[in-house]
Amino acid sequence: MNENLKNIKKLNVSKPLLLDCKQTIKDFPLAYETYGKLNKNKDNAVLVFHALTGDQFVSGINPITKREGWWISAVGPNKAIDTNKYFVVCANVIGGCMGSWGPKEIDKKTNEAYGLNFPVITIRDMVKAQETLLDHLGIKKLLCATGGSMGGMQLLQFCATFPNKTFSAIPIACSTSHSAQNIALNELARQAIMADPIWDKGRYFKKNVQPKNGLAVARMVGHISYLSEKGMQEKFGRKLQEKSDYEFSFDADFQVESYLRHQGYSFVERFDANSILYITRAMDYFDLSKQFNGGLVEAFKNQKTKFLVISFSSDWLYTTKENKDTVIALNASGADVSFAEIKTDKGHDSFLVDETEFLKTLKGFLDSMHLKFKNEKRI
Amino acid sequence: MKKEFKVIADLLPNDVRVLDVGCGDGSLMNLLIKEKNIRVRGLELVEENVKKCIYKGLSVIEGNAETELHQFPSQSFDFVILSQTLQAFYNPEKVLKDLLRIGKSVIISIPNFGYWKVRTSLLFFGKMPITKNLPNNWYNTPNLHMCTIKDMYDFCLSKNIKINKIIGINENKISKIYRSNLEIKNLFSKIGIFQLS
Repeated sequence: MNENLKNIKKLNVSKPLLLDCKQTIKDFPLAYETYGKLNKNKDNAVLVFHALTGDQFVSGINPITKREGWWISAVGPNKAIDTNKYFVVCANVIGGCMGSWGPKEIDKKTNEAYGLNFPVITIRDMVKAQETLLDHLGIKKLLCATGGSMGGMQLLQFCATFPNKTFSAIPIACSTSHSAQNIALNELARQAIMADPIWDKGRYFKKNVQPKNGLAVARMVGHISYLSEKGMQEKFGRKLQEKSDYEFSFDADFQVESYLRHQGYSFVERFDANSILYITRAMDYFDLSKQFNGGLVEAFKNQKTKFLVISFSSDWLYTTKENKDTVIALNASGADVSFAEIKTDKGHDSFLVDETEFLKTLKGFLDSMHLKFKNEKRI
Repeated sequence: MKKEFKVIADLLPNDVRVLDVGCGDGSLMNLLIKEKNIRVRGLELVEENVKKCIYKGLSVIEGNAETELHQFPSQSFDFVILSQTLQAFYNPEKVLKDLLRIGKSVIISIPNFGYWKVRTSLLFFGKMPITKNLPNNWYNTPNLHMCTIKDMYDFCLSKNIKINKIIGINENKISKIYRSNLEIKNLFSKIGIFQLS
């Protein structure tokens, strides 16, 4: 897998970056991917921020995992974010494990992987690192930036830290700070990893192994939180997994168990356990109002960016209320903001699946913003 | 409907900030942007309408004016518009107070229950009136608090709400309403438009 990672697009960020933990880093890799072409007027660039377990491979086939890109439902030729028309850019977050600077990268000082010597990074650090990519690609102002879940949190941070770098923004199913429930769920994931003896305080890479059991449980926790109660009941109910009756054992009798096990154990093939620790921590630390001394209004002041906040009715991880709080803050600071709640049973995962109403809204907004941005550029 | 929007547009100066509460599919918002270069935002309850606005590139927030007006800061808009919806709220008085808080000026329109066709319908047929402006039956109408232009006039006086202008609309005419012609206009206007502050 590491061999393959050498053949993907990477930017070496030479500019020093002061992390929130006060450590300065420079000359670090930022892996990214692009889709479509940047047009002559450079008015068609769309930046996508990925979520916790995502990566830069938004569309097409991920060259490392050989699976479809994580947002193939929304991004690609003739999709809502049409790559025939738009130039889509996505970078792997720092702390991640798809080629960007993260805990499994080699620390030049010790000549071995960082493991827990990797600094605790924040959403702001991730965003600052990714912003360097715009210069590299020659993009002065984005047409749109978007992202769901942690991607949406990065987007809100991006707008607060780099005001007016994007003409429009679509934060999806996210919030301006992590709730107690979300921190608790992340802690559950971390504890599962750390309870696996293979984890060995993050030094498992020395033996070239992964704490698979812990990481798989961490993923299962996540998966439960991405679905809705109703969606889960409809999909699985009490259906049994390829059997007609209980087996009076602890094997996966129920389909829902089998599903979780499958999701958990296929995840360990593509993700690094330490990365989960670092990225979930960054999410927990995220609190925009704290950054701006308690004032969210301050975070979004003087915004010319046109926002569309989207929430999903059955999302209990980032509820409609939390998304509306973002809208209220944007409103209070005088920003141009739209808001739509998509009625669906598909829970937090709605933005990743083929949810027609969501995709139509995404497309409608983006296309109308493109017209406006072109006109603005002409003037 | 078009006539009403035209009257509302004519009441507004160019380049102001407007909040359109219950903006529907964004027809009025579009008109205000095109004709008056107005910076307009909408609040709309119906999901389908919200999407129509978004596709048109209009700024719209999905939400209920009855419960969600608090999100708009005081005096953050030059004008707040509420077109033919006041009568549908549980608590129109509270909503109107909120509108007056948010906008420096408020424009509301009401379907006039004092219109002669409405009056005759009840008088001669003894049934709740069904007209173009009031198309529903008594059991499925969203209108909880029907009133007349005169009722609204009295209401504003009793609540110390300043009436800057009243305009009456019917098929043939758009006319200004004053205290002196209130009785007659209340009989012949289908819709009343009030500019308040």
